[in-house]
Amino acid sequence: MGMFDPIKGFGVTFSTMFKKVVTEEYPEVKKVTAPRFHGRHQLNRHPDGLEKCVGCELCAWACPADAIFVEGGDNTDDARYSPGERFGADYQINYLRCIGCGLCIEACPTRSLTMTNEYELADDDRQKLIFTKEDLLAPLLPGMEQPPHPMRLGDNEQDYYVNGPALARDLLAGSSQGQSNAESAVKGAGK
Amino acid sequence: MGLEEKLPNGILLTSVEKLVNWTRKSSLWPATFGLACCAIEMMTTGGPRYDLARFGMEVFRASPRQADLMIVAGRVTNKMAPVLRQIYDQMPEPRWVLAMGVCASTGGMFNNYAVVQGVDHVVPVDMYLPGCPPRPEMLIDAILKIHAKIMDEPLGAARAAALLESGASTDLMPSSERFAKKK
Repeated sequence: MGMFDPIKGFGVTFSTMFKKVVTEEYPEVKKVTAPRFHGRHQLNRHPDGLEKCVGCELCAWACPADAIFVEGGDNTDDARYSPGERFGADYQINYLRCIGCGLCIEACPTRSLTMTNEYELADDDRQKLIFTKEDLLAPLLPGMEQPPHPMRLGDNEQDYYVNGPALARDLLAGSSQGQSNAESAVKGAGK
Repeated sequence: MGLEEKLPNGILLTSVEKLVNWTRKSSLWPATFGLACCAIEMMTTGGPRYDLARFGMEVFRASPRQADLMIVAGRVTNKMAPVLRQIYDQMPEPRWVLAMGVCASTGGMFNNYAVVQGVDHVVPVDMYLPGCPPRPEMLIDAILKIHAKIMDEPLGAARAAALLESGASTDLMPSSERFAKKK
C-alpha cells in the first residue's frame, strides 16, 4: 500500500476515457447477428414462386417443444401450390413455444424451412405470436409468381428437385438456347 | 391520484398524462426475478456491454417495493408460482410484467406437471418475449416496446374510458426501426 494508490485508481478510471467504448448501440444501430443465428423461420419458394413445403410434417415431429403445426393438402391441376402431389395447406409456428433449436431445419427434406436472422419478435398478444403461413412464407423475388399456378420449370417434380437452379436460370434468360441448356442438364442428371 | 378523475378531458390533463408517463418510462426499475438460464441474459443486459442504464433501469431491485417492472426470466414451477404472485402483489402500482423467454411465456419445451404453462396463469403479462433464451438485444427490444405502451397509458378513469372507446392500440414496431438513425 503506497501513499499514491488512491490516485493511481483514478488514473485507471481516467485512462478508460481514451479507450474504445464496448457498449453496443442497439436500438439506434441494429445488431448484425452471426450468419447462422437461429431467428425467425422462413418457408422458402422454388425459383418460379411455387412453395417448397410438401406438408410432410417432419418438422412438427422433430420439434421438441411441439411448436409447429402442419396440415398437408393435395395439389390439383386447378390449384397447384408446390410441385408434386402434396403441399402444406396450413402451417403454424408458435413462437411462444419455439426454442430455436433448429431440429426442424435439419428434418426438412426439401430445404423448405430455414431460419432468418430476424429477432425482434416481442409482442403483447399471444395470438400474434403464432405465425401462420402468410407470415412465414418468403417474399416473392423477381421472376416469382404467387401460387397457385402450374409448374413453370418442368413437367414434374423431378425437374424441380434434380436440376431446378439450371431450369430457373433458363426461365430468367427465356431463350431457346436456355432450353437446350436445360436439356443437357437433364441428360447429365440421367447419367 | 383522484383529482384528475373528477375533471373533464382537456389539453392540460393530456399534457400531464404525457409527462407522468414519460417519467414512469424513463426510470423503470426492474425487480430481480431470475429463475433459470434467461436470468444470465438478463444480467448481461444490465452489464456494460448492453448497458440498461441507457434507459434509466440499471438497478435491479432486490425489494419488490422499489420496482415497477417484473422481468420473469425462466421457467416458473408450480412451487414457485405463489412466490411469484406474492412478489407481484408487493410491487407498488403502476407495475408491468415482462415474460422473458418461452418458458415464462408458455412453459416452452417443459410441457410437464411441474412447470406453469405460462406466467399469465398467475399474473397479468404486458409483454411476451420469445426466444430460448432471448439475446440481450431482444430483451432491450421488449423493454422499449413496454416503454411505448407506457407512453400510451391513460391517466384516470375518464381517459381510460375514452381510450377504450376509441379502440386505439400501441403500434409495436421493431425497436431498430423506431430508433434508427435518420439519414
